[in-house]
Amino acid sequence: MIISIASGKGGTGKTTIATSLALSLTAELTPPPLFLDCDVEAPNAHLFLHPRLFEQQDVDLLIPEVDESKCTYCGKCAEVCQYHAIVVLGQKTLVFPQLCHGCGSCTALCPVKAITEIPDRMGVLERGLAKAGITFARGVLDVGEPMAVPVIRQLKKWAVPQAGQVTIRDAPPGTSCPVVETVRGSDYLLLVTEPTPFGLHDLRLAAQVAGELGAPAGVIINRENGPYPEMDEFCGHQQLPVLLRIPFERAIAEGVAQGKTLVEIHPEYTAVFRRMIQQIKDSQS
Amino acid sequence: MKILITATAPALEADVDHRFGRCDYFLIVDTVNLEWIAHPNPGINASGGAGTLAAQFASNQKVEAAISGDFGPNAYNALQAAGIAMYLLGTSRTGREAVEKFKANQLTSVSAPTGQGHHGRR
Repeated sequence: MIISIASGKGGTGKTTIATSLALSLTAELTPPPLFLDCDVEAPNAHLFLHPRLFEQQDVDLLIPEVDESKCTYCGKCAEVCQYHAIVVLGQKTLVFPQLCHGCGSCTALCPVKAITEIPDRMGVLERGLAKAGITFARGVLDVGEPMAVPVIRQLKKWAVPQAGQVTIRDAPPGTSCPVVETVRGSDYLLLVTEPTPFGLHDLRLAAQVAGELGAPAGVIINRENGPYPEMDEFCGHQQLPVLLRIPFERAIAEGVAQGKTLVEIHPEYTAVFRRMIQQIKDSQS
Repeated sequence: MKILITATAPALEADVDHRFGRCDYFLIVDTVNLEWIAHPNPGINASGGAGTLAAQFASNQKVEAAISGDFGPNAYNALQAAGIAMYLLGTSRTGREAVEKFKANQLTSVSAPTGQGHHGRR
């Protein structure tokens, strides 16, 4: 079972939920869960799960290299590139690696085979063991690289669960391509929100993504400090179950600021998360 | 001499557009007789690479100079490689004003990218 934790709005508590969910499941699951930090632009789950990372692998994108001695400057490569990462300017063919998505169209369609593909590093994958036997893996995008998706895609391929191992994917904020790539292939999507107009606005967007991907989803309302009927109305209307409400509480904020997970601050949440997972499983069967 | 000016509408009297890769129209102007033709920007809705696409367009049009308000690093490098000189619009309001200032050598030429690039944002 693969559970992704996404939010739309940033700072709602995705990592707080994801890390505590993983810890809650360790005692009752063999093997303990696989945790993927897919927020490769700003990974932070390690601050809570303290993994020992002992395996590494570079993430390369295959970008075109043009052999000027063979190139006839016909312009086919520039014409087929959807990302405008290769241009033919008179008697020069230029490649812009940071625009390239590594699709290989230019290489495949060059009529004189003047293009070869060379690996261009854009980030790194890391894997190890975290608290309570959790298998921990994350991607880290190199500084200055603009594209997160290839790193997330490789992370999903590299860190695969063992038979019967539950996977928890901590998604980046937002609703754009990196979130879609993280969520794709999940069995269930947990949408973490906060009861504010911003939280609701972005929950609407995140719910649309879930709908487009056909992923069943439920909502966790974090930092609840009183009724916010608009949010419950939205969830009711969209048939999104509100699985958990976490109160706005100083003790939680202080604990998280010290690098503690929710289940370490309030151990009673372990049972709450287990019940929530059972509820999800029951709703799926 | 053939030059390219970024404009907000398909007319020489139209307001200029200070964006290069995301401008509305490209005006291709003959500086000798002021004959011009307007092309809608093929990259206005590109998800990325609007600057390189615009430079490719300028190169295909065989212009010798491009006049706009901003040249990001990708557009700058591509135009540079294509041997197309770059100038800033400065206070030019319309395409015609930009041509006149260009002919009078009153435009600032560009010898480095003028911005950080936008990566799909404004």
